[in-house]
Amino acid sequence: MTSVREWIDSGRHAVAERWHNAPRWMRWAVIAAVIVFFYALPNREFYQWLGPIPTTGSNFGQVLFTVSIYVLLAVGLNIVVGFAGLLDLGYFGFFAVGAYTVAVLTSPSSDLKTLWPWLLALPVALVLTMVSGVMLGTPTLRLRGDYLAIVTLGFAEMIRVAATASDFLKGQRGFNQIPHPPGSYSDGKPIFGVLDPRPYYWLVLTLIILVVIGVRNLNRSRVGRAWISIREDEDAAQLMGVPTFKFKLWAFASGAFIGGLAGALFAGKQNFVSSQNLELLNSIIILAAVILGGSGNIVGAIVGGGLVAYLIERFRGIEFFGVELYEYRFMFFGLVLVVMMIFRPQGLIPNRRRAAEFKDRRKEVIVGG
Amino acid sequence: MGETVQKPTVPEQAGAPAVESTAGDREPLLEVDHVTLRFGGVVALNDVDFTLYKGEILGLIGPNGAGKTTCFNAMTGIYQPSEGEIRFRGERITGKKKHHITKMGMARTFQNIRLFPEMTALENIQVGADAHHKTSVISALFRLPRHRREERDGIEKAERLLDFVGISGRMHDAARNLSYGEQRRLEIARALATDPVLLCLDEPAAGFNPAEKEELLQLIRKIRDQGITVLLIEHDMRLVMGVTDRIVVLEFGKKIAEGLPAEVREDHRVIAAYLGVPDDDVA
Repeated sequence: MTSVREWIDSGRHAVAERWHNAPRWMRWAVIAAVIVFFYALPNREFYQWLGPIPTTGSNFGQVLFTVSIYVLLAVGLNIVVGFAGLLDLGYFGFFAVGAYTVAVLTSPSSDLKTLWPWLLALPVALVLTMVSGVMLGTPTLRLRGDYLAIVTLGFAEMIRVAATASDFLKGQRGFNQIPHPPGSYSDGKPIFGVLDPRPYYWLVLTLIILVVIGVRNLNRSRVGRAWISIREDEDAAQLMGVPTFKFKLWAFASGAFIGGLAGALFAGKQNFVSSQNLELLNSIIILAAVILGGSGNIVGAIVGGGLVAYLIERFRGIEFFGVELYEYRFMFFGLVLVVMMIFRPQGLIPNRRRAAEFKDRRKEVIVGG
Repeated sequence: MGETVQKPTVPEQAGAPAVESTAGDREPLLEVDHVTLRFGGVVALNDVDFTLYKGEILGLIGPNGAGKTTCFNAMTGIYQPSEGEIRFRGERITGKKKHHITKMGMARTFQNIRLFPEMTALENIQVGADAHHKTSVISALFRLPRHRREERDGIEKAERLLDFVGISGRMHDAARNLSYGEQRRLEIARALATDPVLLCLDEPAAGFNPAEKEELLQLIRKIRDQGITVLLIEHDMRLVMGVTDRIVVLEFGKKIAEGLPAEVREDHRVIAAYLGVPDDDVA
C-alpha cells in the first residue's frame, strides 16, 4: 500500500514540478485548452467520443449544469473554509438566500407580484446575500472553530425552516414560473429556454471563470494574506496589525456573494424553487468537496466540486447485480471521504504554498550544482 | 524607519521621581503605570511600574513565572490590566484593539515562535508590512494601481528586511521549513515590517548557542541604531548585561529592582531571586 502511495505521490510531484517549470505561454495554452474542452463538453458531437464519461441515466447537459453550480459553490466556500479557515457548515444557506430572493421578486406566485425580469433581480439577490453574510458574521465571527460551525449550521437550518413554514416563502409548494435569463438567437428563439440546458451551463462556466479570476486576485493580495494569516494563527495575525474581524467578515461576504450567485442562476434555470431544494446535506456535500479537492487551493476546490457532483450524478441509472447504484451514492461518497482522510488528508490538490516549495527545491539544486 | 508621527509632547511632571539616573530628561515612550493584573485569585502582575525611554534598550528580566510575558501581553493588548494603565507615545492604550496598538508603532515577537507556518518567509513579512497598507478589497479584486504600488512596496521592504536579519536565501520557503534560528530571525523581520517605534522581543535567544547569541546581540544593536527602541525579555544574564542600557527585574509579578546593568547585577534581591537564598537568610 505504501509503495503504491509513494508511486502516486512521486508521479504527482513530477507533474506539479513540470507545471511550475513550464514556460508561461505553455501554461496559458494548457489552461486555454482546458477551458475550450469544458465549453465543448455538452455537445453530443464532442462527448460521444469520450467513452464512459457522459452520464447514461440523464441528460448530460443537465448534469453538467448541476456540476457547474457545485463548482461555483465550492469556489465560494473555499474562501471561507480554505483561505480564512472558518468552518462554515451552513454555506448552502447563502445559496437559498440567492435563489429565494430571485423567486420572490420575479415569480407570479410570489405575494409581492413585482414580476421583475431575472436580470433585474440578480443584483438585488447578490446584495442581499452579501448582507445576510455580514449579518450572520457580525455576531458569530467572534466565535472560533467548533462554535462557529454549530452557529452556521443553525443558520442554514433556520433558513430551511423559515422557507418551509412561512406563507410568504410558500413552503414545499414553492415558487413557479421564475423567468429565465434574457437573450435570444437571431431567429427570435430565446437562448435560455426550457429544453436545452447547455446555454445555462455555458453561462455558469463563464461566470466561474470570472469568479476564479477575482478570487485569485484577492488571494494574491493583502486580503488573501490576511485571510491565510487568520487561518494560521489568528492572535499573531492581530498582533501583526491585521484587523482580523474585518477580514473575516469580508471572507464571509465574498463567500456569500458567490453562493448567492449560484442560487440565483439555479432559480433562473429551474423555474421553480421550494424548500425541498434546501437540504442540510447540500452544505455537507460542498464542504466535503472543498476538503476532498484540497482546502485552500482554488483549483482544488474546482476539481473537488466537479468530481463530487459529477460522481453522484454518474451513479444514476447504473445497475449492479440488480441494485441501483444511485441509491447508495452517499455510502460510496462517505467511503471515499474516509479513505481520503486516511491517505491524503490535505486533499487531491493541496494548497498553493506547496508550489513555492517545489520551485525553491529546484533553485537550490541549481545553486548547489 | 519611515515612521514620522511625532508623539504629542507630554508636559514634564514637576517633581517626577528622578530614579532613572541615566534616563535624565529623555522622552518617555512607554509608561507602565502601576499595573496590576489578576486572573481570578492569582495576581500575575502586582503594581508593576516602569517607564521606557525613546532610543534605549531596556531589559525585562526575572526568574520563570515572574510575569515578564504577562507584562508583554498587557502592553500589546492581549490582557487588560485590572488596575493602572499603560501609555504608549503619551496615549492610553488600555482597551485599544490589538491591531490598533500595532499600527501605533508597537511590534513584538513571541517566546514560542508564532509565525504563519504555511506562508513563505516573504509572505510572513508582507503581512507585517500590510499593517500600514490601505488597499481595499475592491482595489485588490480589480488590481487597481494602489494595490500594485503597495504590493511592490511590500515586497521591496520584505526583501530588505530578510537581508537585514540575514536570511534572504530563504525568501520563498514556507516558514515551517526554516531552521529554528531562521524562524526567530524571521519573526523579528516580520515585526520590523510593521514600522515599529518600539520592538518587544520575548526571549529571542531561547535555544541559541553562544555564537548565535552573539549574532543576535549584533542584530539587536543594529535595530537600535535604526532609531527603534527595544524592550527585551531575556533569561540569559550575560546577554542582557551585554546589550541593555537599563534593566527592570520582576519576581512573582512585582518589580524588585530597576537600574543600570551594573547596579542590578549587584542588587542582593536580584541575586537572591536568581540564585535563591538559604532558608535561614529569609527575613
